Amino acid sequence: MAEVLTAPLKTSTGRTIRREEMVLNMGPQHPSTHGVLRLELVVDGEIVVDVIPHIGYLHRCFEKHCEAMTNYQQVIPYCDRMDYVAAIHMEWSYVLAVEKLLGIQVPERVEYIRVIFAELQRIASHLIAAGTYGLDIGAFTPFLYMFRERERILDLFEMTCGARLLYNYFWIGGLSHDLPPGFIDKAKAFCSYFRPKIKEYNDLLSYNEIFVKRTANVGVLPGDVAIAYGATGPMLRGSGVNWDLRRDDPYSVYNKFQWEVAVGKGEVGTVGDCWDRYMVRIREMEQSITIIEQALAGMPEGDVASAIPKRIRPNPGDVYVRTEAARGEIGFYVVSDGSATPYRIKARSPSFVNLSALPEICRGAMIADVVAIAGSTDIVLGEVDR
Amino acid sequence: MTSQQICEKIRERFGPAIREAKTEGVPNPFVSVAPENLRDISLFLRDEADLACDSLMCLSGVDSGKGMLGAVYHIASTAHRHTVTLKVQVPAEKAEIPSVADIWPAANWHEREAYDLIGITFTGHPDLRRILLPDDWPGHPLRKDFKVPEFYHGMKVPY
Repeated sequence: MAEVLTAPLKTSTGRTIRREEMVLNMGPQHPSTHGVLRLELVVDGEIVVDVIPHIGYLHRCFEKHCEAMTNYQQVIPYCDRMDYVAAIHMEWSYVLAVEKLLGIQVPERVEYIRVIFAELQRIASHLIAAGTYGLDIGAFTPFLYMFRERERILDLFEMTCGARLLYNYFWIGGLSHDLPPGFIDKAKAFCSYFRPKIKEYNDLLSYNEIFVKRTANVGVLPGDVAIAYGATGPMLRGSGVNWDLRRDDPYSVYNKFQWEVAVGKGEVGTVGDCWDRYMVRIREMEQSITIIEQALAGMPEGDVASAIPKRIRPNPGDVYVRTEAARGEIGFYVVSDGSATPYRIKARSPSFVNLSALPEICRGAMIADVVAIAGSTDIVLGEVDR
Repeated sequence: MTSQQICEKIRERFGPAIREAKTEGVPNPFVSVAPENLRDISLFLRDEADLACDSLMCLSGVDSGKGMLGAVYHIASTAHRHTVTLKVQVPAEKAEIPSVADIWPAANWHEREAYDLIGITFTGHPDLRRILLPDDWPGHPLRKDFKVPEFYHGMKVPY
């Protein structure tokens, strides 16, 4: 991280150069902001003194819309549209919250299918994160490789629920469809196809000299600062904090599977730098494959629609449910007044909170590194703005 | 610690500050506290070694109806893996709650969001501006009595 100079600068002829801070707007239409985000950079030469993020360009009144719905089921498609590259995680958290309010226990087959799709979605989402991150830094080829694999995951989604991006697949109490014939074999084939690809990404991008130079020791976020800012997901684990809701606040059937939490170790730089945040995602994909393989092998029989309630009118009360989405903790605070319409729904979106730590990471960095740092936080603006 | 034990600990220290506590028979146990004690209780939750609530997961503003607004704090400890829910209620005509942004920096943006959408003023907040809506938007849309304006800067508002 560069030091902010305070001594007056002189030219070779001894003339003093006037120094002052300058405000630079990055975005809302900037390729590295991955959506419409405006960063107001206060810079001293090439060095960033402060960053003020301006959000809200994609605000679609999610919470206001929820209060206008006529039943709880109608909210699910809106959840999909929050984090549109990891839609399953959004709907899962919401569905779990309402199930907890209603006191529904879903059949085990539903839990297994949900885990499989959540982990497939995690891989698909991390592929986008890593691919576009390479793109930000200037590596074009890995992006194409990663999208090639992502297509195969989306094919699995499509054959199951008909949609490739916004699924409306998890319903309150169950699923909209059972697995189609042949799914298990196709998913198994994908797992064995995908595992060797991770080595390919590492060879192509992760340990690429230029990529390491651009990301190692850049944008270091210490673990305690990450916790204080509420950072979660790969951003928190990249900072060396061993914390994953799937293991530490277990939901669904995650405690039945053997897997490891990927944590940043500062392998090529400092713990909590951009490379660590990136690498946690690559390692998580490997763990997701491990979970999927176990879930496919242990898939129980059952009826996925048997616990879907005919009418949804939770007793008055409130509940907060959090799950581990691709970008961190997605929480839903749902308040019921006993009617069929949700009284209040608040979504705690991971990118929103992770983004609030951006100024803390960027202070003292170079302007060019802001691109590397913003990319490594992997925000999705649809979910920041809701 | 269970929510029962955490509640007892808060009660021991701040007895009369607790207005209501439900730790059993609800899907999400909570402790409802007086706004003037919120900061002390927050500091106590964060700094007491066996509570160590270092993370504010979520802060939600709620229009509770009957002229009351509320803020709900979902707090967790990464070390002990327990969670606490604090609730604060204030009258809508004087909706002021002390800010906890210096206790948990995560509260900074959450409080701005609650100010923006519900209209709770967090006193002592370092930078209380609207965050999701335009700066000149009239009113706070998540209040139940909010009327959507017909026009905004001469443009028809479709809702």
